[in-house]
Amino acid sequence: MLELQNYQGILLEGAWLTVQVALLSLLLAILLGLFGALAKLSHSAILRGCATLYTTVIRGIPDLILMLLIFFGGQVLVNDLSFRLNEWLNEMLSRFDPAHEWSSFLPDYIDISPYFAGIVTIGFIFGAYMAETFRGAILSVEKGQIEAATAYGMSKYKIFTRVMFPQMMRHALPGIGNNWLVLLKTTALVSIIGLQDMVKIAGDASGSTQKPFTFYLLVALIFLFFTSVSSIFVRWTERKYSIVTR
Amino acid sequence: MDFSIIFNEYQFYLDGLWTTVWLVALSLLLGLLIAIPAGIFRSSNNWLIKGPIWTYMYFFRGSPLLVQLFIIYYGSAQFDSLRESWLWDYFQEAWFCALLAFTLNTGAYTAEIVRGVISTMPKGELEAAKAYGMSAWQILKRITLPNALRRALPAYSNEIIFMIHGSAIAGVVTIVDITGAARVVNARYYAPFEAYLAAGILYMCLTFSVIFIFRKWEQRYLQY
Repeated sequence: MLELQNYQGILLEGAWLTVQVALLSLLLAILLGLFGALAKLSHSAILRGCATLYTTVIRGIPDLILMLLIFFGGQVLVNDLSFRLNEWLNEMLSRFDPAHEWSSFLPDYIDISPYFAGIVTIGFIFGAYMAETFRGAILSVEKGQIEAATAYGMSKYKIFTRVMFPQMMRHALPGIGNNWLVLLKTTALVSIIGLQDMVKIAGDASGSTQKPFTFYLLVALIFLFFTSVSSIFVRWTERKYSIVTR
Repeated sequence: MDFSIIFNEYQFYLDGLWTTVWLVALSLLLGLLIAIPAGIFRSSNNWLIKGPIWTYMYFFRGSPLLVQLFIIYYGSAQFDSLRESWLWDYFQEAWFCALLAFTLNTGAYTAEIVRGVISTMPKGELEAAKAYGMSAWQILKRITLPNALRRALPAYSNEIIFMIHGSAIAGVVTIVDITGAARVVNARYYAPFEAYLAAGILYMCLTFSVIFIFRKWEQRYLQY
């Protein structure tokens, strides 16, 4: 127990980071999910195709692979791009000005932060699941409502914000809640790309104290606390916003 | 972008694929063996039976698989009594720890599926079957199993896919599964994009084969 006291503060910091990553990814996932759902239901075949490709690919590839791909692969890709842009710019300039000296306009090495990569990946993954949730929710809003709104002369944007969105959210809430519970547990993976979340901190702490079981169990219990609080909250919102049936 | 690396190292990926397949298949099988009794006795009225099962399911469904794997793989070294016993031969092996973690995890999730199916079993059907004079075996074969399977199969196919994806973390504890293979190839050539993309495609093939098989199976079994 003595060991725990020294790590209390830093472990709490890690827990806070986990919450941050989870909430920011949720925000991104909801945004992507809304766009994905609208694209899936749009009249344009290209948009529908893109959205279907997105949700299919995401459901086929494990989250860890996607995270490694975006973090390590993205790193290489960005640096490659920056290098080529530098080359190209220099070449263009020396064509007009023979005295031009090679200079790097873009940094030679761009560092992708694991924080950014983690949030983007998790948001991107759960955006696909959210898209399915929202698609179902949009379909369950009565057609007459949209027709009535159109008859009132509302614009497409107004129909979405005033009629569609408030009604579909009720149907989407249980799905969002489930996705959130899975998302929360997925954030543990950010420790693998080097983010100092509580899993990583527990790993460092167990290295120096020789108490890996204690620290990892503690992390599991903190996760249990988060998921329990979340599921109570999810159930509360579902009851509050559930459709009253007579 | 140089994909010749992947073709040169394809043997590595195939070995990884095989590791992923047997690891997941064995965990699913063993998990099912835990899940069926756990799911059935979860609805027991005796708290001595219900309590431990509830705790087991709550813990493994509420915390990340990665942390569960770390508790077993790294955490087991903390106990001297375990290190001195014959069990240590197993606990020091990464594959055993991964198998144990995956089994316990999928067992908990599958138990929840079993519980859901049992608690929503229509009683009238069973009563009708009994009134027809069917034996217990006949009821199980004709009424209970088809009904339960119909509702459990879609959820269970999701669980299988979840396990295939979840098993990717085995690569983190030195196991050379598909992810492990990609990590080694990346370390050797520093070609993260190619290495992980190849792994992603392999996982995708695996996932869609499972979805395809289950869809066929559902069509055949559950057509009525």
